[in-house]
Amino acid sequence: MEQNDGRAVFTKEMRPTHTILVPNMLPMHFKMICRILGQYGYRCELLETTGHEIVECGLKYVHNDTCYPALLVIGQFIDALQSGKYDTHKTALMLTQTGGGCRASNYIYLLRKALVKAGFGYVPVISLNFSGLKDNPGLDFTAPMVLRLAYAVLYGDLLMMLRNQCRPYETEAGASERLAVEWTERLTDDMRRGRGMNAAAARRNYRRILADFEAIPRTAEKKVKVGIVGEIFVKFSPLGNNHLEDFLVSEGAEPRMPGLLDFCLYSCYDGIMDYTLYDTGLASYLLYRIAFAVLIAKQKEMIRIVKKYSTFDPPTPFRHAIKRAEEYIGLGAKMGEGWLLPAEMLELIDAGVPNIVCTQPFGCLPNHVFGKGMMKPLKSKNGDVNIVAIDYDPGATRINQENRIKLMLANARRAEEAPSEPISLTDETEK
Amino acid sequence: MPDSIRTAVGIDIGSTTAKLVVLRGGKLLYKKYERHFSYVRRKACEMLREAAAVIGPGPIAAAVSGSAGLGLAERAGIPFVQEVFATGETVRALEPDTSAVIELGGEDAKILFLRGGTDERMNGTCAGGTGAFIDQMATLLDMTPDELDEASLRHTRIYPIASRCGVFAKSDVQPLLNQGASKDDIAASIYQAVVNQTITGLAQGRRIEGKVMFLGGPLTYDRGLRERFKETLGLSDENAVFPSYGLYPVAIGAALYAARALEDMTLDGLLARLDAVSEGASELSHLPPLFSSEEEYAAFAARHAKASVPTRPIGEAEGDAYLGVDCGSTTTKLVLIDTDGALLYTYYDSNRGDPVGIVRAQLAEIYALCGDRIRIRACAVTGYGEELIRHAFSMDCGLVETVAHFTAARFFQPKVDFILDIGGQDIKCFKVRGGAIDSIMLNEACSSGCGSFIETFARAMGYSIEEFARLGLFARRPVDLGSRCTVFMNSSVKQAQKDGASVEDISAGLSMSVVKNAVYKVIRAASAAELGEHIVVQGGTFQNDAVLRSFERELGRDVVRPAVAGLMGAYGAALYVRDRAPAVSSLIGPEALASFTHTSRSVICQKCTNHCHLTVNTFSGGARYISGNKCERGAMTGAEKAAADAVPDMHVFKRALLDEWRARGSAAEAVRGTIGIPLSLGMYELAPLWITLFTRLGYRVLLSDFSTRATYLAGQGSIPSDTACYPAKIMHGHIETLLHSGADAVFYPCLTYNVDEHRGQNHYNCPLVAYYSELLVSNMESLSAAKFLYPYLDVNSPALLTRQLCAMCEEKLSVRVSRREMRAAVDAGFAAYAEHMARIRAEGARALAWARENGRRTMLLVGRPYHVDPEISHGIDRLAASLGFVILTEDALDAPVPDDVRVLNQWTYHSRLYAAAEYAAEHENTSLVQLVSFGCGIDAITTDEVRRILEAKGKLYTQIKIDEITNLGAVAIRLRSLLGALEMRERAAAAGGEEK
Repeated sequence: MEQNDGRAVFTKEMRPTHTILVPNMLPMHFKMICRILGQYGYRCELLETTGHEIVECGLKYVHNDTCYPALLVIGQFIDALQSGKYDTHKTALMLTQTGGGCRASNYIYLLRKALVKAGFGYVPVISLNFSGLKDNPGLDFTAPMVLRLAYAVLYGDLLMMLRNQCRPYETEAGASERLAVEWTERLTDDMRRGRGMNAAAARRNYRRILADFEAIPRTAEKKVKVGIVGEIFVKFSPLGNNHLEDFLVSEGAEPRMPGLLDFCLYSCYDGIMDYTLYDTGLASYLLYRIAFAVLIAKQKEMIRIVKKYSTFDPPTPFRHAIKRAEEYIGLGAKMGEGWLLPAEMLELIDAGVPNIVCTQPFGCLPNHVFGKGMMKPLKSKNGDVNIVAIDYDPGATRINQENRIKLMLANARRAEEAPSEPISLTDETEK
Repeated sequence: MPDSIRTAVGIDIGSTTAKLVVLRGGKLLYKKYERHFSYVRRKACEMLREAAAVIGPGPIAAAVSGSAGLGLAERAGIPFVQEVFATGETVRALEPDTSAVIELGGEDAKILFLRGGTDERMNGTCAGGTGAFIDQMATLLDMTPDELDEASLRHTRIYPIASRCGVFAKSDVQPLLNQGASKDDIAASIYQAVVNQTITGLAQGRRIEGKVMFLGGPLTYDRGLRERFKETLGLSDENAVFPSYGLYPVAIGAALYAARALEDMTLDGLLARLDAVSEGASELSHLPPLFSSEEEYAAFAARHAKASVPTRPIGEAEGDAYLGVDCGSTTTKLVLIDTDGALLYTYYDSNRGDPVGIVRAQLAEIYALCGDRIRIRACAVTGYGEELIRHAFSMDCGLVETVAHFTAARFFQPKVDFILDIGGQDIKCFKVRGGAIDSIMLNEACSSGCGSFIETFARAMGYSIEEFARLGLFARRPVDLGSRCTVFMNSSVKQAQKDGASVEDISAGLSMSVVKNAVYKVIRAASAAELGEHIVVQGGTFQNDAVLRSFERELGRDVVRPAVAGLMGAYGAALYVRDRAPAVSSLIGPEALASFTHTSRSVICQKCTNHCHLTVNTFSGGARYISGNKCERGAMTGAEKAAADAVPDMHVFKRALLDEWRARGSAAEAVRGTIGIPLSLGMYELAPLWITLFTRLGYRVLLSDFSTRATYLAGQGSIPSDTACYPAKIMHGHIETLLHSGADAVFYPCLTYNVDEHRGQNHYNCPLVAYYSELLVSNMESLSAAKFLYPYLDVNSPALLTRQLCAMCEEKLSVRVSRREMRAAVDAGFAAYAEHMARIRAEGARALAWARENGRRTMLLVGRPYHVDPEISHGIDRLAASLGFVILTEDALDAPVPDDVRVLNQWTYHSRLYAAAEYAAEHENTSLVQLVSFGCGIDAITTDEVRRILEAKGKLYTQIKIDEITNLGAVAIRLRSLLGALEMRERAAAAGGEEK
């Protein structure tokens, strides 16, 4: 079916017939989100394809100066449609979308343009967003569904965090990952039965999850902890960041990644700020306030339980992150990751993780200001901060990126050593 | 054994060279430095065996470092030390009082800060400003690196050369060469570009001071480069350290680290490990070979041999002949044809930085060959050096390259509908529709240099370009190097080398990359069908069979490559002038040629605010040619100037308006104080609002001047993100200027939203326009002592704005302004802003009417408000005006946004582009040219949409990418091609009309 402007729309009738392809931004979270959508009759499939063809496809159908995440996601979609694996007339695409002044808000449009160019103009695109940018009659967000999705974010963050804290030390390779995936299935199965989505049940689940991870046999080695922050897609997606977490683990480091909840809280807080700065109406203001308060409470609870029932490091309270960010940047800076980016770096620094990889797509506009632009004051006011900015784009080679990360790691390790004595060296070769 | 007396071996394998050192007991016993030609493992073994006598059979400590050493170390299981870390080890151990280290290598540039918060940085994805860049530039100047160094020491002036990356610099150097600037000055300017790149790209806002150590090949060998660094950083002799081990810091660092931290091994054990690995087990992706067999290649060669031109030996010819000259960016081509188009004489060679000398020698040669039998009836010249050569030798006419190429292509394929030309530095392509050039695409400055890239690369690996190309033809497993700017390809090649790809596979891979670059980056085609059915390819790069084959492969169809593919410009020029020969040719005769002289000198033009660096060429007989001018003023008479000034140019008008506002602001009395406002980013449009508002409040307002190169340089030291757009980066300089102007405070608010013009779904600013102040305050040390006002404001609600500004005055200026007073100022500000915009629209209407009355073409030169700045747009408006266009801007049109915009239309400035596109699409005699600043992420979205809107109505779309580059030559080609295409279209339409 087509709307007036000619774009294909996902309708109710398509729900049982169409397979919805979803790009894999966050493995844990999206696994759960897909399963939850599946429970409501949406036939979702998480795209886990990798390989050079994806980039090639992106380059072919998207303006080459467009940001790397758009190129990858669109490349991955078109590559999948062209693979012959799907009946393209029975396939829809789903894309998460944030609004705002960053050009990322244009992804859906760029995807549509690319689809037309590739001859798939009839494939409907579903925008998964919370700001009402595009409507899709076939997608109903019911309250219970939203609740399940919200819990998926919370559980996803916890699983990701624990997986990262266990994996570098596990004695049996793959044990942490396996446990995390197992839990995504258990949790979503529980949700289908209406369980696990209230405070008490969540507390119970948190404790069970923590106990399970505590039970994973681990070594007591001391490893360098490395925080990962940056543009939301390249930060989280292994496809986007060339499997950064895996690389860090293979280099003997422990990756730390602030969760998706931070981004949700940041988005809510922006809504609150908008009211202060631009008088955006009381109704939306109150809604954001409530959402913010609820999420903060959920986070607090999780922190409390992690602290009380485990030896793992809990997430940082978001209010602390806000307070710290404010020392460096106005909280009205809200395009892209905005003030969240310095906030997350400060979160990590305060949590004793001064080694940070700041991931960004090459030429990312907001990150000129919020990433590279904030490093100087972050470094000068926080002592031994060791941040490396890594650009991701189709031309950036892995060797280049890894070499820079290796330097960061070498510096991190030296910082823990005693300083070496100066020596003198006489050149005997000239004699 | 204590660390200090262990024998330690450090091996540093960089992108092009390998270094090995042996240390023992505080003594450097052995050092060796050699090129490895990508045979990394073999070279490492060889060097170790050579040093065996020094190393000895006993226990040693050893480590490998360097970008190409990484893969080897991994495969062989030898300890690896990251190279910047290794340099740090060396400097900390040997010169502990060093505060900063600058190390330039083959393709790497590094800076280490060791004092006050250690920090170590490497060049990112951009390889500009490195040894490879200097080598590339030396090749361009036809010098060895030593000669370049020698020449630089004799310089008398420095030209601005873009320092971002090699490709940019190249497009600055080329015109300088073509214009006859002295090589000494260019050489020094190249070094200066490296210095600037190091400061902006690497130091990123951190000051380089104290004792600075300079390391790496270029800084060890090039005295001129050392001099530029010392002078620019203002270092004393004691503080600029150039150690004797400048080539070996990484190898020494690896050895020191090994001695300190690693376990014993033996030389034999080390060699055994290296011997055990193959030259490269790889994780590369590979492409199918270009040719599966010799037979396949023979068939391919035979097919292309058909597209040839008859040749007549010049010794046997007589009668009339026509001469075509193509003075390209890197090569000069000459073709002499007879009346049938048969070739009598051809010449193709690098112009070695002296095109005038080459043409002169060739003319003499041709005259000698012609004798009395052949008469040169007419002569035409095309290419970058067109103007210079035409003036030097009084040639009959000059024509823009695109027209020359089209003329030639039509000779081979009358039905040609697509022409692709890949030259040394440029990719040009155009579609032909209805007998006229339809759409022209030139490579943006960031992906040029394709042909010469392969050549430079071939040389670096020790091959001639012909050999290198031949190697690629039968490569079994070509490496997939991706498609993107060639500068980025350097690191892809590095990766391939690391993974052990052979020279053959790299050669083939490079050819494929060049092609992919052209197809997907420049032409942006999704399929071959999009290009056309009858495709002609030309340009020197297509003489390389590997490139040609890759192109046919990529498109999946055969194309025509004329046998004279490298000479098409010259051949087209000759054909063109053959059909338009004057009664008597003005070409310089043999006698005059014999006594021909050419001198050039540089001056600074004072006829307008551009203050162009002019090169004045004087030829024998007193003929002069001035180049380097951004506008025609330098060479105009009074009457010509008056006529030119009468043609409306919105850029000029808007600049005058801003001058008026600046005068109003500075004339106000400073009752409460003085506020400085930088004329950058959003201020080009909102200045009237703020100036009026603050003068109402009793402030004197200083609006900074339009930018110059000096503005940029004044602030370049504090730029943290070099890939941001030039209009943003130049703001640092505006702030520095204002801080020295006596202002009490500087104001540039954070505006998430711009003024809502109700043209789209929202009215955002781009992230840089909105929040650049946050970056400034975090990175400019000079701002920490100053009052910098950057509140978050809402410019769509006078009430809110009043409240926000009252708060700002109280908190930051300690001034209580009553709501009532502030509201009056705010209202006055908005009224002034409305008046300002109304004046722009009124002038727009006047300009359109003037164009209609005078039958002139109109150009909508669209972009952003800041594109009126003469430094940001490099005077492109004047250039377009000199071609006869009336110049309008997107904000001067009172046109609606079309209904079917297919992108998210949510930025105030960008919405206007869609409206302008629709206007141009709907109106006759109106062209649209879009200015795009390099690095503008949002224009990646707008350009495609603007193009779509125009092409839907059959209009031409022209995009000009601008950056620091000051090369107007390429812009002129594009604009002249546009003009040529418009004329051809009109002629075709007129002819079509007559037929009916």
